[in-house]
Amino acid sequence: MATKSKRQQMVDMAVLAPLDWIDERTALVRGTKWFLFRNVPRDVSWGQTLGSAALTAFIVQAVTGAILAMYYEPSASINPVTGKPVAYSTIEAITDDLTLGWLVRGMHRWGASVFIILLFLHMGRVFLFGAYKYPRELNWITGVLILATGMLMGFTGYLLPWDQTAYWASAVGINLNGTAPFAGPWLAQFLAGGPEIGTETLPKFYAMHMLLIPGLLIPLIGFHIYLVTRLGVTSPPWSSEAAGRERPPAQPTGAREGLVRGSGGD
Amino acid sequence: MSNTSHDTPHGAGPSLWPIAFAIGVACLLLGLVISWIVAAIGAVIAVVFAVLWARDVTRDVRADVPHVEPETRAVADEPSAVAATPAAADELPPAYTRSRFLEASTIGLGAAIGAVVTLPVLGFTVLPPFTDVQESEADLGPLENFPQGTYVIASFLANPKAGEVSRRTTFVRNNGPTDAGEPSFTILYSRCVHLGCPVQPNGPIDEEATTKVNGVELRPVLAQSFGCPCHGGLYDSEGNRRAGPPVRSMDRYTYSIKNGHLVLGELYAVGNVSGTGASAQIARYPWSVPGTHVDGVEAWLYPIVPSQVTG
Repeated sequence: MATKSKRQQMVDMAVLAPLDWIDERTALVRGTKWFLFRNVPRDVSWGQTLGSAALTAFIVQAVTGAILAMYYEPSASINPVTGKPVAYSTIEAITDDLTLGWLVRGMHRWGASVFIILLFLHMGRVFLFGAYKYPRELNWITGVLILATGMLMGFTGYLLPWDQTAYWASAVGINLNGTAPFAGPWLAQFLAGGPEIGTETLPKFYAMHMLLIPGLLIPLIGFHIYLVTRLGVTSPPWSSEAAGRERPPAQPTGAREGLVRGSGGD
Repeated sequence: MSNTSHDTPHGAGPSLWPIAFAIGVACLLLGLVISWIVAAIGAVIAVVFAVLWARDVTRDVRADVPHVEPETRAVADEPSAVAATPAAADELPPAYTRSRFLEASTIGLGAAIGAVVTLPVLGFTVLPPFTDVQESEADLGPLENFPQGTYVIASFLANPKAGEVSRRTTFVRNNGPTDAGEPSFTILYSRCVHLGCPVQPNGPIDEEATTKVNGVELRPVLAQSFGCPCHGGLYDSEGNRRAGPPVRSMDRYTYSIKNGHLVLGELYAVGNVSGTGASAQIARYPWSVPGTHVDGVEAWLYPIVPSQVTG
């Protein structure tokens, strides 16, 4: 302590003391360090970034979706001014009238496809690298659940523009559910809110799209990322290090303690 | 991180500055409503006392931490602990302790409360689509609007309160009188029994003869078959499947004649139709979702459909 420079003491005061204060009460600083500064095999590649890319796509969906929800109205009744359904009229207003509305809606609309595509690429990378094996089985299982809930997001979101494509595609989707043995007819009637798509179907799909399914999807993503942090990233199958061969000597690290711990032991 | 040890709590001493800080904030907020001068004064008060407060709170952190010898205690003989252990061993531990009972009752009570709260909500979520789904009868207008032997595309609002979203399209053919002399109609529902797309009549529509009465639109069409644009389902003039993926014949409406008007009743599923027009034999089943079989071995996959339960 006594050997610390004046400058170092000031840094301690301004930055580290408040962080200490928070950490002592919440362990949040330790938790953040555990989450961010973790060891990664030295032979990782761009392939391992697909998961983060999918997460980024999801965050884009969440943010743009929240903004769209401020202007969208899930109502099948006819807007007396435009003579079109209210839901479709709000979609038109978002696209044509609102400043940069076309951009936010476009991001949400195309981002949905990007999200699903990235999920599949990520899944393919994990499969080809054998990264689903012990002890990461639950990463794979939660990942599959994320894919399923992500597709449910796509299904429920598709109806919301309430145009002909949306209506008939959802009719087909609902009736596809209806063909499942035993529970199918019940599931279809539940989804449509009755024997046919009606006034209740649109708000129901909207509520599922922005409340129920995200309530399922976000905890799943959180648990998935927790598992990734806890178990670490796998080496690629061709990794000599992972094959048990001798590690190359640890490299001298110029990194400041506590900031970069990627190389060398801790 | 600094090297301050985490196991020594350092609480801040009592301080009056937070009160002054709060007054400053209140003054600032009040000033936002009244005048900017009051707001400025409040801001100054808040900032000054926030700094003083922070100084107060961090005083012992900023000071050098005094070196304190770790506290130690000589190990005593612990006669009480030694004496207690054999005594406890003599008595049998209770099979069902108080803490286990409390644990179980807490969980059980929590589950009971949870169920009381959840079940009505769950019922509200699930049940409405299966109750009161009967659509009221629809009046398609006078019988004269339906020429004998040709189909008429009739669209109507199944639930006028719900509006256009409840518009249904049917293909109505006046078959002429039956052998018993009663009027006979074939009324096919336009929803494809593959996956519910809108089936189209294969033939020219006589747009000039279109009539609109009370929200009902009637358009005569020359059609001897019906096709679905989505997946290529094809039906003949009786609604029997001729090609493509549909699993049964087109759904039909029951009908009645009231005051010279054609009135649609309920929708039902059709397994197969043999014969044509007024003499057709219709295998009738309770309505079910498109894509579900109503007859044959495959119908065993759908033992109970919602319409069988709720009517």
